[in-house]
Order: sequence, then C-alpha cells, then structure tokens
Amino acid sequence: MMLKNFKRDAKGFIFEGLTLASALIIIAILVVMLVVIIIGGKSMFNWEFLTTFPTDGMTKGGIFPAIYGTAILVIIMSIAAVPFGTITAIYLTEYAKENSFIARSIRFAVRTLAVIPSIIFGLFGLGFFIKFVGTEMDSVFLGGQLKWGQPNILWASLTMALLTLPVVIVSVEEALKTIPRELREASLALGATKWQTIRKVVLPGSMSGIMTGTILAVSRGAGEVAPILFTGAAYYLATLPGSLSDQFMVLGYHIYIMSTQSANVDQTLPIQFGTTLVLLILTFSLNIVAIILRYRIRRRRIV
Amino acid sequence: MNNKKNSIEKVVGLFIHKKPNPADKIDITHKRFRWSDFIAEKIIKSVAFLSITIIILIFFFVFREAFPIFSFGEKEKPKTEQNSATQEQYGTETTMPEKQEQYGVESNEPEQQEQYGVQTDEDTTMGESFTPIEATESGSSTDNNKSAIKTLPTKTWQPVSDNPRYGLLPLLIGTIKITIISLLFAGPLAILAALYTSVFAPKRLKELIKPTIEMLAGVPSVVIGFFALMVMATFLQNVFGYDVRLNSFVGGIAMGLAAIPIIYTITEDALTAVPKTYYEASLALGASKWQTAFFVILPAATPGIFAAVLLGIGRVFGETMIALMATGNAAMMGLNPFESVRTLAATIGAEMAEVVFGDTHYNVLFLIGSMLFIFTFALNAIAEFWVKGKLMKKIQGK
Repeated sequence: MMLKNFKRDAKGFIFEGLTLASALIIIAILVVMLVVIIIGGKSMFNWEFLTTFPTDGMTKGGIFPAIYGTAILVIIMSIAAVPFGTITAIYLTEYAKENSFIARSIRFAVRTLAVIPSIIFGLFGLGFFIKFVGTEMDSVFLGGQLKWGQPNILWASLTMALLTLPVVIVSVEEALKTIPRELREASLALGATKWQTIRKVVLPGSMSGIMTGTILAVSRGAGEVAPILFTGAAYYLATLPGSLSDQFMVLGYHIYIMSTQSANVDQTLPIQFGTTLVLLILTFSLNIVAIILRYRIRRRRIV
Repeated sequence: MNNKKNSIEKVVGLFIHKKPNPADKIDITHKRFRWSDFIAEKIIKSVAFLSITIIILIFFFVFREAFPIFSFGEKEKPKTEQNSATQEQYGTETTMPEKQEQYGVESNEPEQQEQYGVQTDEDTTMGESFTPIEATESGSSTDNNKSAIKTLPTKTWQPVSDNPRYGLLPLLIGTIKITIISLLFAGPLAILAALYTSVFAPKRLKELIKPTIEMLAGVPSVVIGFFALMVMATFLQNVFGYDVRLNSFVGGIAMGLAAIPIIYTITEDALTAVPKTYYEASLALGASKWQTAFFVILPAATPGIFAAVLLGIGRVFGETMIALMATGNAAMMGLNPFESVRTLAATIGAEMAEVVFGDTHYNVLFLIGSMLFIFTFALNAIAEFWVKGKLMKKIQGK
C-alpha cells in the first residue's frame, strides 16, 4: 500500500502535464486543420464539382480532369511499384541471409529512398526519364521527333513509383514476417521447392500486406506534388489525357497553382478548399483502410 | 500439384522396380535441379538490387546534369543549341561578334543581332579577349559557367537578369533558418508527446493518440502548405503582428507539422525499445514515474531520439511544396525570422519549369539538387549506422 502511494509531488504533475499537453497540441492542430478545410470546402463538395471540367478560365466549374489524372497516375504508378516492391520484400525475407552484406545494403538503399526529398525524384525524373530515356527513345524509334522526350504521364508515374517503392517494400516485408515459420517448413518438408513454397504458401498469406502496401503507396502518390512538378503535371488541359505521352492534371498540383499562381486567388477560394477537401478525403480514407488492414495483420501474428 | 504427382509416381516406381535404381535414392536426398526455381531465384535477386540501382542512378543523373558547371572548357561537348538558348535568355557575356563571323551565312543571325545589339556592345570586351575564331560556341558556354561559378558564394540570387548571379548563400541561410525554426517547434512537441504515449498514457488512450498523430503523416504536404498559406499565415500575423504575411516563421511552423509525425514515430519506437527492467529498477529504487521517465528512459533512448531529429531535419530540408507556398519565396539574407525566405528545394521547384534545358541556370538548379541529395543521404547514413550502433551498445550495457 505504501508503495502504491508514492510521492506524487507537484513537479510530477507539471512534467506529466507537459507531455500530455504536447500530445494534445499536436492533435488539436490536426483537428483544426481538418475542420477548417471541411468547413471551407463543404459548400463545393457535390457531384457537379467532382464530375465537370473547370470553366471560365478556371474560376468556375469542377475538377474532374484533376481527379481523372490523379487516378491514372496512381494506377500506372502501382503497376510499376507494387510488383517490384513485393519481389524486393520477398528477396529480403525469403532468400537473403538476415545480416549479409547484400541484405543490409538493400535495406539501407530502401531507407535512403524513403528519406530522399521528393523534389530530388523530380529532378531525377527530368534528368533520367525525360532527358535520357525519352530522348533516346525519340531518336531511336521516331527519328528525332519529339514525343517521349518531354514531360508526360508515363514519366511522372514512373517517377512517383520510385518514390513509393519503399512504402510497398516495408509493408510487404512486415506482412511476410508474420507468416509462421512452421508453414514454410511444412511446405518444404512435403517436398515443395522454395519457389513453390513462396508461390503457394507465402504469397497467398501476405496478400493483405501487399494490399496495405499498395494502398499506402497510392495515398502517398496521390498527395505528392514535387516529383511531378516538371515531369508531367499541367496547369490546365481542355481534354483528358488520351495516351501515355500526354500531360495531365493532378489534384495536388491543382491546389498549388490555384492558390499561388492564379490571378484571382480570392475568387477561386471555394474551389481551392473544395479541391483540398477532395484530396484529403482521398488520402485519409485510404490511410484508414490501410491502418485497419495492418491492425488485422498484426493481430494474426499474436494468434 | 505437379509435385505431388511426381512424388506419387516415385513411390509407385519404387514398388514396381524390384531393384531400386541408385538414381532414385539421390532423387530423395538431393535437390533436383529445377529451371523454374532457378529462374525465379535469379529474377528475384536481380529485382532486389533495383533499389540500390536506383540510388546509384539518382546519384549519377542528378550529378550529370549539374556537372557542366564545373567544366572550364577543357573538353566541352559541342552545345550549339543550348548555347544559342543561353544567349536568347540572358544575352550577357556572349561572344556575338565571333558568332557573326562564324555563322554569317545563317539566316537568323541578323535577327539575333538586332535583338541583342545593346548587350553585345557592352560585352564586346569580354568577347574580344578571346582569339576571334577559336572562341567558338563552346567558348561562350564555358565563359558563362566560369562567371556563374564565381557568383556561387555571393549574396545575391538573381538567375534571370541581364547579369545572372547564382549566389547560393541566401538560399542556404533561408533553408537553415527555416530548419531551425521548425525543429524548435516540432522537436520538443513530438518528443514530449512520444514520452507521454510510451510512458504515461493508459493503454486505451495510447491506442487512440498514436494513430491520430500518425494520421498527420498522411496529410499531403501540399495540403499543409495550403492550410499554412490560407489560414495559419493570417492567424499568426494577427497574433504576432509582423509585417510580411508569408515569412520563415510561418513556413517553419508549417514544416514542423510535416516533421512532427516522423520525429514522433521514431522517438516512440526508441522509447519503447528501452528495456522494461530499466523502468522497474528505477521505480524499485524509489523514483517516481516522472523521474523515471525523464531521468532514466529519456537518456537511455537518446541515440534514437537523435536519429529521429536527424530524419526530421532531412524532411524539413528537402520539403518543397510547403516552402513554395508558405515562405514568401524572396531570397533574403537577414536573420530576422519574420522575413520572407527562399529555400533550396523551393528554388528548384519554382524555377525548374521555366529554365532552358542545358543552360547555366538549369545546371545550377541541378547543383542545388545534388547538394540536397548529398545532405539527406549523409543524414540518413549517420542516423542508420552511427546512431544505431550507439543505441545497441547503450541498451546492451557494453
């Protein structure tokens, strides 16, 4: 009893209160941000806004091309990032020895990829995809005619895929680790080869992890703007992108240009808030799905 | 399935052949070579190297585009197109008279001359210091690069003017200023919040607070930038009453919001990694809960917290969208936090779309990019190797 009743002096209250206060401040800022954006964008958030083109020099109308562009971007990005990310994760958990030099350097590379500023990916996309690969493709296939050597949706998506690769790798790896060792050993003992074990036992068990990785990657890719600033995003397009070599509009870039580059910022304020709200709803709902999926994966490990 | 069939056939085969073939024995004890397995392993291995390859490619290609600025005309690649582009944009320090001699036949030459007549006059001294014909197209480019490299450590960033100056100092100071402000804001908040969730909070509350703070990581930086630009800037201006609405203070706070989830998550991990025995021993010695938290657990997790702060710095240093939207984007040298600043990353984001490819300005922007890359790479390497080693030593008590 004496032990339980230890000194709760004033200092203790102050320090504990301080830590609680900082946690609450962070949450309060987040809540204020969400509330302000929801209130600001609520009036614009309707079906018409989501499904029409911008009109009157982008001062009225909807944001359909931006939503469409974002969707195409994340789809191509996932097609590129998810298989490669999954395979890397499989290598790290199934093939590589835990502390071998190769595995450690791959892990280091993945973590480095995760912290490189997104603008560097933009520069890389410009220097590698557009100026090197694109220009070479033009000179080889099209005889110097400019088609791929300029910003377009393919290069933007691939740049974004590089950015989201570590996200996929980390979540798939986490899921692969939750698959019990006994399952693998049982499969091997039954005579299955390593590849058969991976294909028939490990991969089906990690489907939810791959899903989580994909969703997190999509949420990240939909929100990033810096990598696509000069690899394919366009200010305004009257038509939807029809092929991979077209430029496209994106929600995040739309917010950026409408709030800083447009001539009448005050007039388009509701559109900006509306666009921000759409982007926020998109990324948040994806994040929440990912959190739920991840929670279920973690629970499986305990059971 | 296939495999099952095989093994059944083998078992049947054992009964049919009265004398078991020695090859069958080997089949059971040794792995048979399978093409599918072999190919799968090779593919998986080579794909796994992709991330390393990407890092190397980023190194190579970002530097490649930045490199021409360092070439003092030793062996200059012929850059005719880029060169004329340079002249069109800046028109300074060109070698127009020589050009005329060389390209006298070309039809567009008179046009160019008309356009830049004035500038050519004042720069003829530059041009004539070269021997007329040998200072060819490459001459002007290296010339540009030479003068550009001289302006790198100066105090003015004026890339688009008659006399372009690429002084990186104001950008560097602006970036450092913003980084310090955002760390002063985000660091204590995130670390204390992590301490609360890992030590003080009841389990239920912890499971509520932790995901909520991590939700902040899911807010796209352009949304934080928009919020800072539209709401926070006005609010903070009303509270503090400074003159310039968008300044390094607003930008720093906004970037702090982006850094908080990173610092929080890593600090939280480091704090929970501290062995429970530390906590129990401290309590058993009669320390109260807060004393344990501040004097035992926090010091034990210092290397991890250090790593968290380093990665937070990396995030703020390279953050582009918030810097573009909320800092005012004026390259100023002052140390006053309520002045507009322009960061390195924002400079790339704002100006890359407007430069001429292959031009000096373009190379300088890539140079800034390589600086950012090296800096974040180094930060990550420190956080990864040095700090982790220290943390391990500390916890294992060696």
